[in-house]
Amino acid sequence: MEPDRSTGLRGAFQAWMRRAGVQSAVRWESGLVVVAIAVVVFGALTSSQFLTSGNFFNLSVSSGEVAIMALPMTFIIISGEIDLSVASTLGMSSATLGFLWNKHWPMLAIFVVLAVLGVVAGLINGLLVTRVGLPSLAVTIGTLGLYRGIAQIILGANTISNFPATYTTIGVNPIPHTVIPYNVAIFIVLAVIFGVVLHATPTGRSIYAMGASPEAALFAGIRVKRIKTMLFVVSGLVCSMAGALWTFRLATAVWNNAIGLELSVVAIVLLGGVSIFGGKGSIVGVVLATIIFAGLLNALLLTNFNQEATGIVIGGLLLVSVFVPNAAAFRSRARGLGRGRSLRRSPEIGAVHD
Amino acid sequence: MSAAVTERQNPASAGGGAASRKLTERVFRIRESGIIAVLVVFVAVTASIQPRFIDQANIQFLLSNTTVYALLALGETMVVLSRNVDLSVGSVLGLSAYVSTNLFGHHPGLPIPVVFLAGLGIGLVCGIGNGLMVAIGRVPSLVVTLATLYIIRGIDILIVGGNEVVAQTLPNSFINIPRANVFGVPYLAIVIAVVIGAGAYYLRSFRSGRELYAIGSNPEAARLAGIPVGKRIFTAFAVSGGIAGLAGVLWAAQYQTIDSTAGTGYELTVISAVVVGGVAIFGGSGSAVGAAVGALLLSTIASALNVLGISPFWDQAIAGFLLLVAITLDRVISLRLMAALRQRSSGVGT
Repeated sequence: MEPDRSTGLRGAFQAWMRRAGVQSAVRWESGLVVVAIAVVVFGALTSSQFLTSGNFFNLSVSSGEVAIMALPMTFIIISGEIDLSVASTLGMSSATLGFLWNKHWPMLAIFVVLAVLGVVAGLINGLLVTRVGLPSLAVTIGTLGLYRGIAQIILGANTISNFPATYTTIGVNPIPHTVIPYNVAIFIVLAVIFGVVLHATPTGRSIYAMGASPEAALFAGIRVKRIKTMLFVVSGLVCSMAGALWTFRLATAVWNNAIGLELSVVAIVLLGGVSIFGGKGSIVGVVLATIIFAGLLNALLLTNFNQEATGIVIGGLLLVSVFVPNAAAFRSRARGLGRGRSLRRSPEIGAVHD
Repeated sequence: MSAAVTERQNPASAGGGAASRKLTERVFRIRESGIIAVLVVFVAVTASIQPRFIDQANIQFLLSNTTVYALLALGETMVVLSRNVDLSVGSVLGLSAYVSTNLFGHHPGLPIPVVFLAGLGIGLVCGIGNGLMVAIGRVPSLVVTLATLYIIRGIDILIVGGNEVVAQTLPNSFINIPRANVFGVPYLAIVIAVVIGAGAYYLRSFRSGRELYAIGSNPEAARLAGIPVGKRIFTAFAVSGGIAGLAGVLWAAQYQTIDSTAGTGYELTVISAVVVGGVAIFGGSGSAVGAAVGALLLSTIASALNVLGISPFWDQAIAGFLLLVAITLDRVISLRLMAALRQRSSGVGT
């Protein structure tokens, strides 16, 4: 009786680990560390400039905004939704910034407008998804067009680039006495905040719960609609602020700033081990994925790859990130089938009856 | 994503079922004729402000412009009906437009059908790739086609480099395809109308067409009913790709200058057209004819902006806005309909 019980307990513990996604998450993240090292080796082999401190600045500064936008996207995808309008929100914010600066508004007032704009943009997404009950895919394809279109209406074919040097130096100079660019510092601070909220607060656990099973989360008393709306609002706000960073870094406001960037954001999040079906993922994984992403883009830049065609690499990265976990799930399913009928039941049931 | 509109309907009795079906059909007919009414009102208002809008040259241009969107909308309809989405259509169109018409430059005197076949082939390859990944890889079509949207565009950019196909290398008979007309109606528009009619008939009346609706209404039930879900979804993506390839060749004939940006952002217009035309974004309801009318409405709006002297910069915002209005309206209508059906069936039951 005794040994039987201990294996039962161990079985139950393993089942719990599996259910919590702990094992697979740890394995995925250690895989990411290996890939990150491989990218650094690849970069160092292809160009002698890759491992210089000047290049470290370029490498990290050019992916700062994408990395920042990946944080709220992580929350949204874990909650079982998606936001394809992030790059358009950035573009709309950038166009507004340029337009108002050209109208001689004080910068502080412009920042307030951008914050409000981001909140409203996110609120529209959130309310249409949660209150009207529409799929976030369709809503955010619509707002992808709408927000980019508004950027186009605001600026037309104009390019605004007469921003004061105090702001535009963030794209050239690191924070004094360090090698860290401003946008990367903001990313690090936000990553810690988002990580704590996701992994150590009831709200964070609720986000996992609603992604894993919306019905169960609702019956458990989680305010699914309210939290999801908040997630879209946070995404809108963060993307709008990223718009200001992007504009200052490149010292230009044009309507098509960061066009197509939603691909990079989604690719980073899924590469980070977040499940596209919701309910799984971690901030650590996403941070590792941003490092891989930035390193890969930088290595491509140094190898003279056609920069406009990097979509091939990022798109490929996205496909690999969804196919690998799917293939693993497929294999374990097939193995379960091979062992016979009784094992086809879910592991939870098996654990209880052991 | 969310539950389909039809998922939770359970008519209480046979009598209630027949009556409900009649009500459902009537609502969907009103939804489709509503779009035509909007179109007519829109044309009338624009024409009263600027009579040039309905002169022969403009109508002809508008119709041949619509053909590309309406074709793409037919393929997209098949995909959306099965509760999927194909975001890669614009990139497929661009790749096909350049690669197929570039053949004219390298092989002068090449027969035009060969170029169309080349476009069809390129589109099919892209569509088959999407279909395999969605159907066999069991990856959401949103992710797959978001990736292929940029992968195919990247391949296009690598192939095109800094080049472009210009009108001089294209034979006159090719350039004239969208321009040949009978009584001011382009032949091409007639051909495309017939193709869309055939597509709509196939979806309405053929077993494999109906099965797309079944898959979109309830994928799990469709699987249990023995419908080869993977095969049907694969076919829908392959057809959508093939159609986008053909549309690329037509696009090239229409615009004649083809660089690596051809068809950028078309996915938004096409999905808007499909949804505005009454195809439910949840899948399982709508028609190819409705989607074509949606495409006509969107290109009419673009043309009206042009005629009224409003900047084309408004196009994208309007397409996005209409998409949001259409899906919101559909949702509200279907909620009302479900409430009405529930009331009716409970009334019959007691």
